[in-house]
Amino acid sequence: MPSVATVYRWELFKLRHQKRTYLGLGAAVLVPILFVLAIHFRHRSRGGDFAFSSYLDRSGLAVPLVILLFGAVWMFPLITALVAGDIFASEDHNGTLKTIFTRSLERWQVFAGKTLAASTYAILAIFICGTVAVIAGSIQSGFNSLQSLSGTIVSAPKALELVYVSLLIYLIPIAAIVCIGLLLSALTRNSAAAVVGTLMVSLLIQLIGILPGLGSLQPYLLSTQFNAWQGLLRTPIDWEPIVRAAWVCALYGLPALLACFLVFMRRDVAGG
Amino acid sequence: MSDGLAPVEVRGLVKRYGELTAVAGVDLTVNTGDVYGYLGPNGAGKTTSLRMMLGLIRPTEGSVRLFGRDPMESVRALEGVAGFVEAPTFYPYLSARKNLEMLAAYDGGGASGRVDSALETVELTDRAKDRVGGYSHGMRQRLGIAAALLRQPRLLLLDEPATGLDPAGMRDMRLLIRRLADQGITVLLSSHLLTEVEDVCNRVAIVRSGRIVYEGEIAELKRGAGTSYRLETTDDELALAVCRAQPGVGDVRSQNARITFTSDESTAAELSQALIEAGALIRALAPQTVTLEDLFFRFTEGDEPEGPAPPSDPAPAQAAR
Repeated sequence: MPSVATVYRWELFKLRHQKRTYLGLGAAVLVPILFVLAIHFRHRSRGGDFAFSSYLDRSGLAVPLVILLFGAVWMFPLITALVAGDIFASEDHNGTLKTIFTRSLERWQVFAGKTLAASTYAILAIFICGTVAVIAGSIQSGFNSLQSLSGTIVSAPKALELVYVSLLIYLIPIAAIVCIGLLLSALTRNSAAAVVGTLMVSLLIQLIGILPGLGSLQPYLLSTQFNAWQGLLRTPIDWEPIVRAAWVCALYGLPALLACFLVFMRRDVAGG
Repeated sequence: MSDGLAPVEVRGLVKRYGELTAVAGVDLTVNTGDVYGYLGPNGAGKTTSLRMMLGLIRPTEGSVRLFGRDPMESVRALEGVAGFVEAPTFYPYLSARKNLEMLAAYDGGGASGRVDSALETVELTDRAKDRVGGYSHGMRQRLGIAAALLRQPRLLLLDEPATGLDPAGMRDMRLLIRRLADQGITVLLSSHLLTEVEDVCNRVAIVRSGRIVYEGEIAELKRGAGTSYRLETTDDELALAVCRAQPGVGDVRSQNARITFTSDESTAAELSQALIEAGALIRALAPQTVTLEDLFFRFTEGDEPEGPAPPSDPAPAQAAR
């Protein structure tokens, strides 16, 4: 009998044949390369005042970390939303829900397979982006040691390990974005609306964070959780932002995922 | 597996969208071996009924049983059941073969081994590697049948399978449905194409505004309709009045200097006498074969039926005549 794994495999197969997949993954490859080119051609005397900015010329391992920092604003939410916002809505667009709902699959299996596929794509995008950033950055600035946020020097191999663990931590808020994208995809049944809507939700949360008088909300905003990985770059490791990211993102993501599940399970397939 | 149970048993099926009632209490039974036509004009609620039968939308009231199982409870109710509603749909960026392979994987069992034979049955083997996005409407309809055949169905539910096809495509589709029926597959097909239904179906339900106004065998429907006569006279207006006044004469219509009516043989003889007495000389009075089309229009044109008609009861069908 077909299982969630069957749906998951075919969802990945379908993603491999869609332009938007390559648009997202292409951006994940191109952005670090463009970023490194920008470092290469920038005026040397100009430096930024953000974390690891001063290290961009000294260690290529600073590049993925700076991209994580800036990618949280719209790049990673957009790349994530490209697939998460489309994965249910495209079935409406193609009218294919009725085709798969009349096979031997329970709706929850379709839901689980699609959720896993959208998550896999997001994970892939983050790790591709991180890996390209490490390679391009190392070519530009060398595979050198890095100064942690506490001022201690971290050897290059250890820094590489921390970069990849940071990517893992980064997946926590990304997972919440995936859930929001899935919900909007199932709710709106319109791919463009769901992709733009997901990005808008992400930007709106960031906007709340910079509004005067709402500073106390900052630790509980989804946008703040994109910085949780910085706890790894302190000596000793600061687990507090990471633990908070886990439960805050769960508060954003799980209700969205549950709502998406209920919408998907209960909906009438009346069109297409 | 569910032997002895009717392939389709629908009771009191209602679907409302807010104030709009799309399906208003449908009852029908499709027996094993039937090729059952679900006939009605556009907007009569055929597709909505089929969607409920396939478990795609929830009925507001009533029940659907496919081989005794409720399709809303579990997809297991769709074991041995296949079909499509409206145009069959596929992933346009995948080839026909990949679409079928995916659906076969979603069916499980030995469906994957039936992809080639399904493509062969609908004569799409040569185009199997092409993307479905480039397929014509007719090819997609045939691919829809192929997708259904993967499930080795005992019951096929087809919604307007010949709609949008050219005459050759319609003929091929009719032949295909007949061939499948000959293999022992029970078929329920909705259509507004009367020739399609008359050609392939043994039983019909005629639906109007979400209600069934007739359910039964086509042959019985024609028998019960009485003989239809065509009348041409020297004074059609007078003849029309005489026909309408004559007891036993029904469904009197006038079109293009011809009057048609239904009656038995002796009433027709009495009518000819009455026409002569009234001064309308008869130019021609000839019996003609009643087609499903004639009966369909009798049921689906004119005033809306009032109140909640008990749909599958033959009584309202008689009354409608």
